Amino acid sequence: MLNIALPKGRLGEKVYGMFERAGFECPSIHEENRKLFFENEALGIRYFWVKPSDVAIYVARGAADIGVAGKDILLEYRPDVYELLDLNVGKCRMCVAGPKDFRDDPARTLRVATKFSHIATDYYTSTGRDIDVIGLNGSIELAPILGLSDVIVDIVETGTTLKENNLAVLETIVPISARLIANKASFVFYKTRIEELTRALAKEATA
Amino acid sequence: MTIDTAVLTNEEKISFALRSLYHRRGFAPYRMSRFEEYELYMKNKDFLRSPQVITFTDTNGKLMALKPDVTLSIVRAWRPAAEEVQKFYYDENVYRVSESAGSFREIRQTGVECLGARDDPGTAEVLDLALESLGLISPDYRLCVSLLGIVEHVLDLAQLQGDARRDVLRCMGEKNVHELKAVCADAGVTPQDAQRIAGLTLCTAAPSEAPEALGAVGCPEAAMEEAKRFAGALPPEEQGRVSLDFSILGDMRYYNALAFQGYVRGVPSSVLSGGVYDRLLHRMGKPGRAIGFACYLDKLERLEVGAHA
Repeated sequence: MLNIALPKGRLGEKVYGMFERAGFECPSIHEENRKLFFENEALGIRYFWVKPSDVAIYVARGAADIGVAGKDILLEYRPDVYELLDLNVGKCRMCVAGPKDFRDDPARTLRVATKFSHIATDYYTSTGRDIDVIGLNGSIELAPILGLSDVIVDIVETGTTLKENNLAVLETIVPISARLIANKASFVFYKTRIEELTRALAKEATA
Repeated sequence: MTIDTAVLTNEEKISFALRSLYHRRGFAPYRMSRFEEYELYMKNKDFLRSPQVITFTDTNGKLMALKPDVTLSIVRAWRPAAEEVQKFYYDENVYRVSESAGSFREIRQTGVECLGARDDPGTAEVLDLALESLGLISPDYRLCVSLLGIVEHVLDLAQLQGDARRDVLRCMGEKNVHELKAVCADAGVTPQDAQRIAGLTLCTAAPSEAPEALGAVGCPEAAMEEAKRFAGALPPEEQGRVSLDFSILGDMRYYNALAFQGYVRGVPSSVLSGGVYDRLLHRMGKPGRAIGFACYLDKLERLEVGAHA
């Protein structure tokens, strides 16, 4: 049985649609109930929904053989997994954002509010800029408005929230999308099945 | 004195079985102190599985470390002797940041090291021993081997250097072909060379099929010959348990020629890893050649008792 962890929510449903069209369907997943996992015994696959940020943990620790996780999660938590495919869905950008008229003063340490401290640190290390990372868990956009930080590092999809709060994208760090990931040991023992699934999904991703 | 094996943990049973195997195969036990001068690790940080080390100041003012690794200590103590190959085995606790927990753990590690001043220190013998070690841990095991000479050759053909080479190697280690192609494009690598590197990244094949698989992705004749030589050196009964996988990459500032990882069904990460590390010897100012591997016994705690003694 191949265990597949999918992210709960709209992205997960979209991704499941890709698996279904690729020939890895599991009809019971459409039933209205509170079940957390769904099996198609004939195909030897079992899906389960988990919090998007937990998918990589399930896969890295082998509870799931493969899964779908955002590139933001992979960059931030660096799980020891294979990243087999860019599914080309859930597209957005990891950006530096701040007040529209923001001018960086190199004489001061830059205060950066973010949920993604590794990504922010890596980015500013690569540019040689000294920063003070302020770790927040939500409503990141508030930080520069209230003077808690100079800028933020966060995911930007449409930019509407930024615009409505008089903020703007200052720099794009990296494009983000959903990725198919695999546990390394599972890849060794289920290589043929995982490769078959990856090939079928690749067609969906480029369709 | 008789020992009631029922009271032994998985880790202890496997440790005894491995030590007995290495002893029977003529390897000498190697005991070492739990402490080592921190300087050794500072100079070779990239060789360590995790760069963090627990340090303390000794009574004489020297900065010491709780050993995060065994190989570095063995290489440091090794005195090359003209024609001799020295073969050691160890069963030691090391202290490093666990990949899964993200905090310091005491990790039990059993392994072998072969060091020779001049000749091949016994590559075939060590690979054979790695396979036997995996067989003692579980009846369902696989050894994935990468021929690093082929990887280096293919990257050299694409004239990849510096940051671009480092990024390509990272992508190869993740089997991340979509990003690899982007890195190659940014570095000005030709589409043909980029395709060859991508093909090599995804190439996992049984040793006997590897030369053909390498040819199919456009690898040069020399690479196919190297894979053929490797396949020929493996015992026929183990061919089905070994696969060539070019995403297995040690740090090439230390490793060369060969890197390998062993997996057993039921454990979500590699339980054995090793390789040829001549470059580590040279970095430490010693001539010669070396190969070794370690089994990570902490990962076996929850493994169902299988075929191990």
